[in-house]
Formats: sequence, C-alpha cells, structure tokens
Amino acid sequence: MSAAITLLRRDLGLLLPGGSGGGGVLPLLFFLAVAMLYPFAVGPDAQLLARTGGGVIWVAALLAAILPLEKLVASDLEAGVFDQLHLRGISEELAMMVRLAAHWLAFAPLLLLATLPAAALLGLTGETTRTVLLGLMAGTPGLAAVGLAVAALTAAMRGGAALAGLMVIPLAVPILIFGAGALGRPDPSALLLTASISLGLVALAPFAAAAAIRAARET
Amino acid sequence: MQAQLTAKDIACRRGERLLFKGLSLACEAGDALHVAGANGVGKSSLIRILAGLLRPFTGEISTTGDIGLIDERLALDANQPLGRALAFWERLDGCSDSGRAFDLLQLDELLDIPVRYLSTGQKKRAALARLLNRNCPIWLLDEPLNGLDAQAQASVEALVAQHCAGGGIAVVASHQAIALPGGRTLAIEDFAA
Repeated sequence: MSAAITLLRRDLGLLLPGGSGGGGVLPLLFFLAVAMLYPFAVGPDAQLLARTGGGVIWVAALLAAILPLEKLVASDLEAGVFDQLHLRGISEELAMMVRLAAHWLAFAPLLLLATLPAAALLGLTGETTRTVLLGLMAGTPGLAAVGLAVAALTAAMRGGAALAGLMVIPLAVPILIFGAGALGRPDPSALLLTASISLGLVALAPFAAAAAIRAARET
Repeated sequence: MQAQLTAKDIACRRGERLLFKGLSLACEAGDALHVAGANGVGKSSLIRILAGLLRPFTGEISTTGDIGLIDERLALDANQPLGRALAFWERLDGCSDSGRAFDLLQLDELLDIPVRYLSTGQKKRAALARLLNRNCPIWLLDEPLNGLDAQAQASVEALVAQHCAGGGIAVVASHQAIALPGGRTLAIEDFAA
C-alpha cells in the first residue's frame, strides 16, 4: 500500500501541470482554443451555438485527452523504471493502476474547470452546462483509461505517439456517443451508460497496459 | 536465508536468432561471476533472464533473495535533481540512511544537479548508490564499468568484493577485465548456438 502511495506521489509530480513528464497546461489551452474558435467558424448565431456547443465541448475534451499521451508511458519504459519496479515486486498492473489515477487527476479536474469558461464562450444554458459537466465527470475516467492502454501499447514503437492519437479515437467513440447523447435527453440514462462504460474501461485498462509493458520487454 | 542463484540449461532467442544454449550456472552466497564475451553474444540478455525480466527460450532460473539490477537504463527522472530522483527509490526501498552510499561514491556534490546534466560515469555512480541503498543480496550488473574512470572502476571492484564478503552474490557482465573475488569467469561464446 505504501508503495502505491509512493508511486502516486511520483506520478502526480511528473504529470501535473508544472511537472516534467506530462503535457502541462497545453491540453487545457487546446481545449479552450477550440471553444473560442468554434463561434468564429459557424458565426454568432446564439441559438445555433447553444444547441451545438455541448457537442463541441465533448469533441474538444476528447481531443485534448490525447495530447498528454506521448510521455505517459514511453519515457518510463525507455528509462527502465518498470524493470526496476518489477525487481522490487511491484507488478506492472499496480504501476498502471496508479498511473491511471495520476493521469486522470492531472487532466480531468482542470478540464472540468475549463469547461465553465468554454460554456460561457459558446453561450450554453445553465442546464446544458450542468449536463456537460456531469457527462465529462462520468466520461473522463474512461477516456483516461483508453489513453493509458493505448499509450502503453504504442510506447515501444517509433512514432508511437501519433499512432496512439489515432487509436484512441475509435475506442473513445462509445463514451462520446453516450456522453454527448445525454445533452438531448431529459433523463439520466445516457449519463449512467457513460459512467458504466468508463467503469468497465477503468477496470480493464491497467491489465491491458501491463501486458503491453511486459510484451515490450521481449522485443 | 542464504542467497542463491541457479540457472539450468538456459537458451536465449532474440528474434530469429538463437544466441546461446545449454548454459548453466550456480552461485552460492559469497560468489562472484564475471560474464565475459564480445558485443552481441548475449551478455545483457543473460542478465535480464537472470533478473526475471526476459523469459528464457528454454531452461529454468531459481533464485533465493532480492535482486538488484544495474544496466544501461538509469530509471531516474532526467529533469529532476539527482537527490530527488534517488529519494523516490529510497522511499520504495525503505532506505533511511543514504548518506553512506553517497559518501562512498562521491555523489554529495551532485545531488542538486538535474540528472540530464550528469556525465555517463556520474550516472553510473548514481545507479550504484541506488543499488547499495537497496541492500539486496543478489547483484546483477550489466557493464558497470562503462564510462567510469580508473578510480571509480577500482571502487566498483571494491564494492563488489565487500558485497560478496558479506554473503552477497554478484553476476557482472562486462566486456572489459574486472577483478572479482574468486575470479570465476563464464564465457558466453562457449555456449554459442
């Protein structure tokens, strides 16, 4: 248990904005930039913006979640950190569970915060903003999980980062469909489905990522 | 419990190539073994197989005691000061007295310098400090002398001798000559497939 806490402290130190390993605040700026550019592109029709803005925020959030993937696993794999952890009896699964938690903590809370100015830029109603926030809260763990698994799978490849981005998109489609789908429904069923997909992905991702790290040793 | 490391009838395949086969070794507490051979014969692969990081193509490994590994990969965060990067491993290893290892390896003055600015030899010494602080009985060292000056090479040899005298095991893969207690050498070329 104490090993997990030590690992989490290191991972957070690397991944939080200001740390040396993550994307820092770039994903957030990217996210806000999309919300800022969209009204320029479709024109200042307030009704249209309010109707489509929630979906735009979802797409922006999905793409922003791809940005921090490049260094999420690859740099530690290259540096042999997972080998040294393995020798200390710390399984790749535990290391990946901790990394998933740190990755989510490093990007999701700030993304939720940035959703407020983004919603204001797009003129979303309070009701829609609430649904977007709840949806992102339910969906971002799943996005983080898909990101981690794909980052681990592509970590040992040359040019893996670009491939990781492409691979995340189809895997994240279910989260997007239900998460953004909640915007058009008065009942919480779509939010619950988003949360359940997230839960499943969070449960599976550490094992997939750990298997990928072990497989990378054989190459 | 006495430290022990045995490998029985190991073969190693990398890609389509069989590097070596029929390799057996046994180390008891206090033994040191120099794994010798030219580049590419499988020294590093053997070390990684002994560490349990690579599956042997055939054969079995059995070990008693914790394993410490030094290879060409540092596992220290390049952007952090050396002291902080090492502190993470000290916390994991439950090490409370890191000062002695820093003294022995003359690292005190380097602790504030980011890891990426360290020279090859300085990085090697940092990895040795982590190994010492871990206090484990089985040492697997892959090319520990690379990048070290004559004085540091001598201190590595002294550290290994001290470790073995204290009941530890050391398996050292090196293409250079290295003075180890007992002077046992295993030439991988003898087992080339």
